[in-house]
Amino acid sequence: MTSLWPRIEPLLAKVQKPARYIGCEDGARTPVHGSGRVAWLLVYPDAYEVGLPNQGLQILYEILNERDDAVAERAYAPWVDLEALMRSHRVPLFSVDTHRPAGDFDLLAFNLSAELVYTNVLNCIDLAGAPVRAPDRGPEHPLVVAGGHCAFNPEPLADFVDVFVIGDGEEVVNEITEVVAEWKASGRTPGSREHVLRELTGVAGVYVPSMYDVAYEGPSLRAITPRYPDVPQRVEKRTVADLAEWPYPKQQLVPLTEVVHDRLNVEIFRGCTRGCRFCQAGMITRPVRERPAEQVRTMVSDGLRRTGYDEVSLTSLSSADFSGIDGVVAGIVNDPVNCGQVSLSLPSLRVDAFTVSVATEIQKVRRTGLTFAPEAGTWRLRQVINKLIREEDLYGAVESAYSQGWRRVKLYFMTGLPTEMDEDTLGIANLARNCVAIGRRYNKGASVTASVGGFVPKPHTPFQWFGQNAVDELQRKVGLLRDDLRRDRAVQLRWHDPKATLAEGIASRGDRRVGAVIEEVWRRGGVFQEWSEHFDLALWEEAMAKHGLSIEWYVTRHRTDDEVLPWDHISAGLHKDFLWQDWQDALAEHGLPDCRWTPCYDCGVCTDYGIEHVVASALPPAGGSQGTGQDLSVGGDVPVTLLPVGGRG
Amino acid sequence: MGQRFRIRFQKLGKVRWTSHRDVARMWERACRRVQLPLAYTAGFSPRPKMHFGLALPTGAESVAEYLDLDVVDEADVDVDGLPALLSPALPAGVDVTAVAAIDPKAPSLQEDVHSCTWRVAFAPDVELAALVERALASSSLLVERERKGRMSVDDVRPAILALSAEATADGDPELEALLATRPRALRPQELLQALDPDLETTRVRRTHQWIERDGLREEPLAVAPHAVGARAQ
Repeated sequence: MTSLWPRIEPLLAKVQKPARYIGCEDGARTPVHGSGRVAWLLVYPDAYEVGLPNQGLQILYEILNERDDAVAERAYAPWVDLEALMRSHRVPLFSVDTHRPAGDFDLLAFNLSAELVYTNVLNCIDLAGAPVRAPDRGPEHPLVVAGGHCAFNPEPLADFVDVFVIGDGEEVVNEITEVVAEWKASGRTPGSREHVLRELTGVAGVYVPSMYDVAYEGPSLRAITPRYPDVPQRVEKRTVADLAEWPYPKQQLVPLTEVVHDRLNVEIFRGCTRGCRFCQAGMITRPVRERPAEQVRTMVSDGLRRTGYDEVSLTSLSSADFSGIDGVVAGIVNDPVNCGQVSLSLPSLRVDAFTVSVATEIQKVRRTGLTFAPEAGTWRLRQVINKLIREEDLYGAVESAYSQGWRRVKLYFMTGLPTEMDEDTLGIANLARNCVAIGRRYNKGASVTASVGGFVPKPHTPFQWFGQNAVDELQRKVGLLRDDLRRDRAVQLRWHDPKATLAEGIASRGDRRVGAVIEEVWRRGGVFQEWSEHFDLALWEEAMAKHGLSIEWYVTRHRTDDEVLPWDHISAGLHKDFLWQDWQDALAEHGLPDCRWTPCYDCGVCTDYGIEHVVASALPPAGGSQGTGQDLSVGGDVPVTLLPVGGRG
Repeated sequence: MGQRFRIRFQKLGKVRWTSHRDVARMWERACRRVQLPLAYTAGFSPRPKMHFGLALPTGAESVAEYLDLDVVDEADVDVDGLPALLSPALPAGVDVTAVAAIDPKAPSLQEDVHSCTWRVAFAPDVELAALVERALASSSLLVERERKGRMSVDDVRPAILALSAEATADGDPELEALLATRPRALRPQELLQALDPDLETTRVRRTHQWIERDGLREEPLAVAPHAVGARAQ
């Protein structure tokens, strides 16, 4: 039996949002499986509506299905209502493309976009009918693979995942397919699993945790060392040098039901060297690789025509930094084929007036909200985190937005940042109030939404040594803001649950011992932990205690420079001494400019990998903020002319 | 005023698990794909002018769904070519079976449709004849149902205009029911609840929607039998 559909369909009448499970998207494939084809099941371990838009998964889906010797299908974590029915009716995890059981595939490949999905990974492995712990699996079970940003600290999932992929996946999935094809051709004989895993350690960018021994000294890590001489000591990330060679997805999936980011998405560049010290994505995806503007235009116009979407998003980590973004935007918006009906969005907008003028152009059709991310409430703290937005940049951007008709501006902040004092926290309230005051000059109903998230230090960033704020400290800071803003009706304060921030902290910088905690939380029913209605901190705290692990040790303590970090054997190309120096610069409140437009400060990525930035323009974008429009010739420090401006207090 | 086209379409196979709102979005995308110049509402957030009839419950199939589309005045639309143009732009299982230009001042589908015919199929061991007989013989049938968050107990017997025990092409038991849509539409699920709360259907299909013209019952748009082959998955 290949299709489970006749057994799945009767269950759908009893669940919410049954369209999550039918597939049938435009762009979906119904590949023909066969003994000569390596079968990948690409699993997004969260609900369909969150997972479907994931571009990484869609890119690999197309690349693999283009091969003669591979097929790829997709699966998403079933929501709890269907999961209960699947378990009681003995229906395993299935693909949405041909509704094939997950156990029929050679590889279950997970996308790890966030730490709180880890328990869902275990749940999906279990629903697939495989033992959750890697050593318990035999030749009859699929290989469990995981990639994505969280794979840069693979250790918390090391007991459950056979193979991690570090970095860009476009090339490495082909190399893995070839190794697995031999395993499949050999008939997956008893004992062959160990052999294929050993073979895979020879593929650059692949980390097989079972091939490494971990030594501890009390609570500390002593070393993580390969068990065999041919297994690499350090696994270097993979990097696609030229995005122009990878115009994927060529056929973006168009879902039949509502999903997040329900629009055409075109990736305009990968990597970011703004150097925000809290930002793991910016650190691990260096260098900057722009897609040629002409290719962006083609992907947009072909994509809109094919999908029928009326919205396109030009995605990257800071889209306004794309060389000549204004020209690209004008070209799309004014393209007569789009009949003036297409709206365009740029996620991760920089904070300056130039950005707003671009935003005005793109939102001719429909005005959605305008969001800026100053991240911290004072200039001092923004220097610490290297988000070099002056207050006047923000006010200029906000004034420009309100004057051009926006009524509501959203501001993103973090709290619990290194060196943060109460006056920094309260600076968030001041900025928000000042923005409202500016808005009132143009519109009596002007308002600001300030969203505040608790900061979680991430591996491979300068803040990886920083002790995260405890729950009560984060709650106290949120309380300060609530009290301060109580009477400001025009400022809406929103905050992320500090308890979820703690659980994320456990998984973010955990080592291999944290695996037992993840398993315990899962066994006690803790799935969909990134959904507030399912999140339960008590499960995490009790599991930590049961396995003798200290939250203080893993989350809130400051780490030292001589300590072995659980991810030291995984490399994003960044030298550890560069990161440490950047951490020291942060504590000294020194900003560091963007190396795209200024001399190299040798973080290690370009030099070690023999690659470089691919940018069409050697000049920083107009409008000047975050240090880029300034005279940065004085070197690594941000010039004094950028120092604090009035307006606060 | 614009030109208005009435479209009849079917929804069969896996796509039946999509919602009424999902179907509206499918149509918006399909019209943009084939560059049909829809008229848009004015204002801050313009929307295409599309008018759907009575919502089909999620999970039900239909061979009698309707949609009125407003197209800008200037557009030169080949009405006869629309089914062949639109069906490939819609998901598998959604196919256009008839199109006609209508008077933009004609009553909307919501106002005009007064009843629907449904076929409701069951597993082979379900006995329908006695249930049908008892229902038709009773003077009232009470059902507890919800609307806009409020529960109420209603007598649905007056809304059952016709009911008979039939069989599917495969010989499985199947109800054919003509159910009123006014003053409040009786849904197939609610009918089953009235007949026997333990009944579990294997398939619900809307086969007709009915309007009245000059005292005669007719469909908002007739379709020639076997006019279009289904692409349902």
